[in-house]
Amino acid sequence: MAPEASGLASRVVGALRQATITGLIAFGLLLPLIGFNTVQNIRNELVLETRWPLLAALVAIIAGGRFLHALLIAPWLARRALRPQPEHAPRVRFARWLVPFALGFAIIYPPLALSITGVQGAVKWIDNFGVQILIYVMLGWGLNIVVGLAGLLDLGYVAFYAVGAYSYALLASNFGLSFWILLPVAGCLAAFWGILLGFPVLRLRGDYLAIVTLAFGEIIRLILINWVPVTNGYAGISSIPRPTFFGIPFNASDEGFAARFGLEFSPIYRTIFLYYLILALALITAAMTVRLRRLPIGRAWEALREDEIACRSLGINTTNTKLTAFAMGAMFAGFAGSFFAARQGFISPESFTFMESAVIVAIVVLGGMGSLIGVAMAAVIMIGGTEIMRELDFLKAIFGNDFDPTQYRMLLFGFAMVLIMVWRPRGLIATREPSTLLHARHAPRLREPQGKGTQPSLVRERQG
Amino acid sequence: MSVASYDGAPNGTRASGIARFSSVAPVLRVEHLSMRFGGLVAINNFSFAARRGDITALIGPNGAGKTTVFNCITGFYKPTEGRIALQFGDPAVWEELSALTERGTRSVTRGDGVLFLLERMPDYLVAHRARVARTFQNIRLFQGMTVLENLLVAQHNSLMWASGFTVLGALGLRSYARAERSAIDKARYWLDRTALTDRADDPAGELPYGGQRRLEIARAMCTDPVLLCLDEPAAGLNPNESAELGRYLHKIRDEHATSILLIEHDMTVVMEISDHIVVLDHGQKIADGAPDEIRNDPRVIAAYLGVEEEEVADTKVGMQ
Repeated sequence: MAPEASGLASRVVGALRQATITGLIAFGLLLPLIGFNTVQNIRNELVLETRWPLLAALVAIIAGGRFLHALLIAPWLARRALRPQPEHAPRVRFARWLVPFALGFAIIYPPLALSITGVQGAVKWIDNFGVQILIYVMLGWGLNIVVGLAGLLDLGYVAFYAVGAYSYALLASNFGLSFWILLPVAGCLAAFWGILLGFPVLRLRGDYLAIVTLAFGEIIRLILINWVPVTNGYAGISSIPRPTFFGIPFNASDEGFAARFGLEFSPIYRTIFLYYLILALALITAAMTVRLRRLPIGRAWEALREDEIACRSLGINTTNTKLTAFAMGAMFAGFAGSFFAARQGFISPESFTFMESAVIVAIVVLGGMGSLIGVAMAAVIMIGGTEIMRELDFLKAIFGNDFDPTQYRMLLFGFAMVLIMVWRPRGLIATREPSTLLHARHAPRLREPQGKGTQPSLVRERQG
Repeated sequence: MSVASYDGAPNGTRASGIARFSSVAPVLRVEHLSMRFGGLVAINNFSFAARRGDITALIGPNGAGKTTVFNCITGFYKPTEGRIALQFGDPAVWEELSALTERGTRSVTRGDGVLFLLERMPDYLVAHRARVARTFQNIRLFQGMTVLENLLVAQHNSLMWASGFTVLGALGLRSYARAERSAIDKARYWLDRTALTDRADDPAGELPYGGQRRLEIARAMCTDPVLLCLDEPAAGLNPNESAELGRYLHKIRDEHATSILLIEHDMTVVMEISDHIVVLDHGQKIADGAPDEIRNDPRVIAAYLGVEEEEVADTKVGMQ
């Protein structure tokens, strides 16, 4: 009994000491930040206010948290680390269900939104959330080929997105070509530019490559701004023809989609059509990536990411391999770009700033380099998170009427980045799925005594 | 020009004509190779020949320029001067060497024999066309990819051809699936040979050190090389593993049409496994011959023990 009591006492003392140190540091940091506040009074004078109760409360919360952590949570974590852990079975099962579930949800999302929010609200939910997120999912998957598979850090990816968008806008406005013809054309033009920009940077790697591609992204944007006779400069290109339902336009005329199918005219049909269009384009990107990974070119991309010199020693032409990666990534950006132009009906250089490239790179890095599921999850979190912040009106009730949550976007981005770096330094999904297996999948696990549950039947399913 | 008159060839005195070529023609000839980095002379007028079906060892003290020679042979460096010729198929094609040199092209074909001038080729073509495979002093595996994938990447060029440069493969054609299966079979053969079959689906970076060394050799062998260049294959291996490596290399030499050129520090390994040793010091060749000759060569002993020139003469006297 006695040693146990003394053990507890010493733990409490240790926790108190840690809590005191943490409290002092918090006090030092928060004193200038929270303790003092400057306010302008009615006579326009700056008055210094002190906020001792708030400061004391915050320091107490931080020190108390530290105390509890040291006394209870840390020993619990230490005990848990010693306990034998089951194999990664739960994670595997999670990943197995995630893909069909996410896919199913993406397919039934428009009718779901329609039935919950009605026609007026659904346009916002499908367009701002669904289409916007899917564009970034597609861009993330496209860049994933360049950055995640081939390991070429490309900070100017938005340039190819712009090439696709302007290709569609200019060719459709000036020559009246249809969306379905221009979609592959825009992809090919973007791929061509990918090869063109890829050539000079072939010898560069890592940081140097990143700097040069960043410059290329800016060059394309500056050309779009300054080549006024063609691109119309800052003013952008407006009234771009919208995509048709295989020739049937979405308008209120007698020839329109609604009239043809005997429906009442509503903008929602076009929104839903655009949603399924970008969903299909994104899934094509994913299917291509999955396919290419199993082909020699995909393996060569990954080998290039791992070790370029070893690649050359095995007779792989690294020039061609890099250029195909650039071209393939750029092509998907071109598709996404022409979709973007068709959806907006208006484009200007404003849409293709470095910020966009940075967001796409952040999506790929946060998702886990090379993982399609991870990239999609990161896109949902980052883009969906941004959009959802516009919807948080109830926060105004707490923080006052002039509180605008979207202004805290960058702060939250930064916070999310730090959390990811601490907890998952290799991205949300860091495990790499082998492109081929010699032995039947998870065969070694068969031999291990597993929990009674569903595991054996799962294994049988996989083998059968 | 006559191959037999070449100074380093130990079999120069054998019968002339085609018979000579068929039995002892070299697979690789390095002539008057020099490599300078700015003012630093890494290799100076270095010549040797590696016979077909032999294990040739390139030894020398640290900084002698062995790896530089390797990098020149495999195309990673462009030598400042000199000629590096590699041949496979019918050895009669060696007679085209001077014509090829003057013509300025990369290779020449006669019958089923092909002759390459490696110093004129970029590194990946040395591996792809001239079929020279290599390993590295500090192992260079594709660490994040599985053992099997490493061996499939090595068969990239043949698989690329089978997949119709991705187009046909992407369409899911049967012929590509067949080609991939046979590539996996070849990988499995080398996995069995290197006792790595059980770990085929693990990331290569998770293998123990000895396994990584074996995998790197297996990966090089998956390219069907004519010449396999090994840069210190026994570095970091324990005596058991070194002995096993020796047996493994002998098997490769005996059962495959692959000649081996290796750099090694471990003298017991070198003496045991090689048929022919070339000694390099300060970028120059100081000895060339069978292991027994090299073992007793006073200049080699001096180079390894760091003895002065006069003492070399003394050693010679002492040995006599």
